[in-house]
Amino acid sequence: MSILQSLANRDRVFEFLVPHESPVDVRHGPILYLEDVSVSFDGFKAIDDLNLTIDDGELRCIIGPNGAGKTTMMDIITGKTKPDRGQVWFGSRHNLLTMNEPEIATLGIGRKFQKPTVFEALSVFENLELAMSADKRVMPTLVARLSGEARDRIDEVLAMIGLQAERDRAAGILSHGQKQWLEIGMLLMQRPRLLLVDEPVAGMTEQEMERTGELLTSLAGKQSVVVVEHDMGFVRSIARKVTVLHQGSVLAEGSMDQVASDPRVVEVYLGEGI
Amino acid sequence: MHWLAKPATERNTQVFIGVLTAALVAVCLLNLLLPAGHPLHVSTYTVTLLGKYLCYALLAVAVDLVWGYLGILSLGHGAFFALGGYAMGMYLMRQIGDRGVYGDPLLPDFMVFLNWESLPWYWHGFDMAWFAFLMVLLAPGLLALVFGFLAFRSRVTGVYLSIITQALTFALMLAFFRNEMGFGGNNGLTDFKELLTFDLSADSTRLGLFVASGIALGLGYWLCRAIVSSKLGRVCVASRDAEARTRFLGYRVERVQLFVFVVSAMLAGVAGALYVPQVGIINPSVFSPLFSIEIVVWVALGGRAMLYGAVIGAILVNYAKTVFTGVMPDAWLFALGGLFVVATVMLPQGLAGLFAKRKRSTPAASAKGAKEATA
Repeated sequence: MSILQSLANRDRVFEFLVPHESPVDVRHGPILYLEDVSVSFDGFKAIDDLNLTIDDGELRCIIGPNGAGKTTMMDIITGKTKPDRGQVWFGSRHNLLTMNEPEIATLGIGRKFQKPTVFEALSVFENLELAMSADKRVMPTLVARLSGEARDRIDEVLAMIGLQAERDRAAGILSHGQKQWLEIGMLLMQRPRLLLVDEPVAGMTEQEMERTGELLTSLAGKQSVVVVEHDMGFVRSIARKVTVLHQGSVLAEGSMDQVASDPRVVEVYLGEGI
Repeated sequence: MHWLAKPATERNTQVFIGVLTAALVAVCLLNLLLPAGHPLHVSTYTVTLLGKYLCYALLAVAVDLVWGYLGILSLGHGAFFALGGYAMGMYLMRQIGDRGVYGDPLLPDFMVFLNWESLPWYWHGFDMAWFAFLMVLLAPGLLALVFGFLAFRSRVTGVYLSIITQALTFALMLAFFRNEMGFGGNNGLTDFKELLTFDLSADSTRLGLFVASGIALGLGYWLCRAIVSSKLGRVCVASRDAEARTRFLGYRVERVQLFVFVVSAMLAGVAGALYVPQVGIINPSVFSPLFSIEIVVWVALGGRAMLYGAVIGAILVNYAKTVFTGVMPDAWLFALGGLFVVATVMLPQGLAGLFAKRKRSTPAASAKGAKEATA
């Protein structure tokens, strides 16, 4: 067949025409898989034989008392801390232990830290614009123009985080809750497959908590979301599946009602009224 | 829509260029058309003075670019200004030829005086205008590139960077004071005769230099405005306010800083190059830390992160300096200090903040731009 004929062949799909998909392979099961992970700092076992699986599109809440290893677990997943033992896989193809922080971030794991950091002097729209995945070298950034597609994507995320009305306002004058949403929006601009959210409702009002709950629930499905939270009421309102961490390993896992009635969990949370 | 032409900032630039052009034309007409005795006549002396202010204004814009938008408080921008000035001065020295006091066709007077046999290697090429003008950009640009590369790569920021920039200009001042350096020692370079065959003492040349300074200021302003209203400008503001977060988003902050710093240094060099033929001398005092601090005071008084604030500050402070040093020479430093205190306490956004009642110029202007672009 000549080249012309092969070009005319309508059955063929050229590679560059195929929509770009994340290379993460979740055909064979979970999106995140931690097996027998242990890490200790100066003899203190922060994580002790931790096993955890997150399914694609799942919304998972992780609770546990202080020092249970929640933050250390996040650090291991994002590559900030290397475990002493164990395996951490993203999909069935990517061994996260062989990758560094930026590589893991580009692969599609976004992390929201406890304290919101947004660019206060820039507008909400501009905050999202800067967060968008793009060529971030100096010259391309200097001549960068916003395509219609990119603009649509920003408006889409603005709608998701409910900040359309604040689009052109400086991020510095947003309320605490709105800043948290904006930061989640900035993570969404990079189209992550897995979102790690650290204490999203700390310091929020009731209404803000409610809207944050709605936001996180709406995100699940399109991407997997892992929420670490102290506020039991909030966890109860959004959680489908809860994992209780205690002394660096999983104490209980299941629905909120299941774990709340587990005598070991009650013991750990004694007096906290789970 | 071209990246250099964004609606809101375009209007901002248009107003500035409009005012600048009107001022240039008015000064030229008042100088050329009215007889010397007329009350509205602008003397050539005043024209040269105004030309000097315009050079200072361009220098202030360059400082505002790095301080206002990048958050790098450079206390050594006088060094870049001086290097541009020295490059121009070397060209002007070579233009003197055999008309110097000693009549040496090749060596400038101070070298003959020091009994030097031949021209140092770094003086070669400065008899050609194109080479000298290239050096006006390259000398400050290269210094900024090397200095910035080392400083930003090591993530030196804040007050430490300010101190190092101060040390840089101080070190250069000491070096240029030495006769062995071959830049005329503490007398510097002077006795210039002509620039591009134009007689520097002629009124028409002085008017031409004034207009050239105005054009340079307009172009420099336009360039800075284009940078700060681009996406890169927003990255600058982002790194100014939350550097770690900006890195986390994948921007190489140290490269952004380096790029903007080098552009700023080159603009300062151009300002210096236009300053030298108008004042007729360049000496190491321009490297003095005090001068560099004074530039920062102009920007702070005029208003930071607005660009036009820097222009207003530079012109007003220097006008006040001219008046004050004429009336009460000893009181000037007190007046300058007083102005600075008053501005810091009562006008945190500077004089330009009085005109622009909008919040911060950066978000307001660019947010408006984004809105209008979608409308």
